[in-house]
Amino acid sequence: MAPRYARVMAMAFAAFLAASIAMAADEMVQIKGSDTLINMVQRLAEVYMEKRPSTAIAVTGGGSGTGIAALINRKCDIANASRTIKPKEVMDANSKGVDPKRIVVAIDALSIVTNTSNPVKKLTIAQIGKIYKGEITNWKEVGGNDARIALYGRQSNSGTYDFMKEVVMEGEYSPSLKSMNGNAQIVEAIKQDATGIGYVGVGYARDAAGSVNVVKVAKDHSAGYFGPFNVADVKSGRYPITRPLNQYVNGAPSGAAKRFLMFELSDEGQSIVEKEGFFPVPDEYRKYNESTLGSSLGFPADNPESRDPNEGAG
Amino acid sequence: MARHAHKEKLIHGLFLLNGLLVVFLLAGIFAVLVKTSIPAFREIPLGQFLFSSVWNPTATFTKPSYGILAMLVSTFMVSVGALAIAIPIGVGAAAYLSDVANRHVREIAKPIVEILAGIPSVVIGFLGIVLVGPMIARIFGLPNGLNALNGAILLAVMALPTIVSLSEDALKSVPRSFQEASLALGATHWQTLVKVKIPAALSGIIAACMLGMGRAVGETMTVLMATGCSIKMPASFLDSVQTMTATIAIELGEVPYNTTHYYALFGIGLVLFIITFFVNMASDIILHKYQRVMK
Repeated sequence: MAPRYARVMAMAFAAFLAASIAMAADEMVQIKGSDTLINMVQRLAEVYMEKRPSTAIAVTGGGSGTGIAALINRKCDIANASRTIKPKEVMDANSKGVDPKRIVVAIDALSIVTNTSNPVKKLTIAQIGKIYKGEITNWKEVGGNDARIALYGRQSNSGTYDFMKEVVMEGEYSPSLKSMNGNAQIVEAIKQDATGIGYVGVGYARDAAGSVNVVKVAKDHSAGYFGPFNVADVKSGRYPITRPLNQYVNGAPSGAAKRFLMFELSDEGQSIVEKEGFFPVPDEYRKYNESTLGSSLGFPADNPESRDPNEGAG
Repeated sequence: MARHAHKEKLIHGLFLLNGLLVVFLLAGIFAVLVKTSIPAFREIPLGQFLFSSVWNPTATFTKPSYGILAMLVSTFMVSVGALAIAIPIGVGAAAYLSDVANRHVREIAKPIVEILAGIPSVVIGFLGIVLVGPMIARIFGLPNGLNALNGAILLAVMALPTIVSLSEDALKSVPRSFQEASLALGATHWQTLVKVKIPAALSGIIAACMLGMGRAVGETMTVLMATGCSIKMPASFLDSVQTMTATIAIELGEVPYNTTHYYALFGIGLVLFIITFFVNMASDIILHKYQRVMK
């Protein structure tokens, strides 16, 4: 019994070893980080790998902080990040000889979602901030039912968690925040919880539209309320919570990683970005990306309205 | 002859080495935990660490705060809740397996109970989100079921195999003469089981429950997924909680190395280690006492 077991184990191990060598023989790109970008980048990787079967791309999540930490520790080639890198992280990277370079791959309109039974259909930025800071705790304070607000958010390793805190709330989260594992878990919770509020990337909101209520948001009381789905509203900044979705690489990208980045930013790549529910990279960021990549990307057929590259950058 | 003696010695040495390795690993882990958490206590007063319920190490708008009391209470609630559910069921199942079930049923049922131990915790956590959570929400009329009760129920399921299996062993090792004497005196099967066998096996059963508790305290993925992860001090079993293990799992992935936050997470690890160490030691002491009595 025991020797047979040992032989089976040895064979399994050998097979595993062979498989890993076969994988290693190809060009391998490791991508890690933001949960907001993961589905989109996964899709981009799938399409790319069909075109170029010799390149193996592995996309994993863990959160923006986890991705950037992995890049700094040279555990991945590309880090997905739904926030920009923090000065502290740049210092940490530099001290380890890593030079993080940023590529903007898509634009996200961070969407605020509530249960479909909730009569509150629109909120201002200030109201959203107060709700998450725990200063507004009942839905009736924002024109809804008399019910306690259940806060759903992300864990502190999430770029979206930081983006909300730094840009939208400008303050600390209420300790009642329920820290969910990812966008999908927030959507699931909001579907069930009549008193819940959550925030997810626009791609996730679009997929869930109908089963959750996507709140219209205004910059302030005097401004109009806009939803996150309309390209024009997002590009013009009328929808006020937008942010670039980034990928960080170590130094000027080259080889397989660069080819994949070029594909993501090509017309085909950007159309996949749109199919996944996010918005394509506007001109200003295209120029920024070209200078990082050191290659021309060509220009898209339609010329989008101009937009400040640093708006909503956090 | 001489060759045999050499071989014997070699094997003795090998086993000694293995035994020492385990001790060394334990001591090593403890040393690393202590060494890495000491810097935290240079900056965080021990009183704040243990008795403050505000944990917000990534605060940028206020002063960072490192109090683990809410997590400590959460871990305690979830694991004691799990035991409260698992002990009656587990001991009942063990009594059934050892005294009521016939041989065929036992031979099928016991492996099944043990397979339960092999279910990955992430799968149990998933069931907590899609099955147990909505059920709790419906029964208690709550907006959501991600709370301490959910975690307790799931951990009870995970602690059951340990409790059932070890309790059954304890019940089975009660000498047959005890049972025969009781029956000979005219006691019924039920009386024999409850008044003679379970008391005789009690220390073994308690040890089984303590080991189950050790498992519950250290469990991470399931509670991370099912308890809602809210760092507020819980007021009841229907509040969302975040255990110590969940905090480490969530935050260690992105924490900048060698910061107070990093060291504080190791501090939580140290507290966890001390708790599980004492739980396991207590179960060991109880078990030894029982073995001596039985001999």
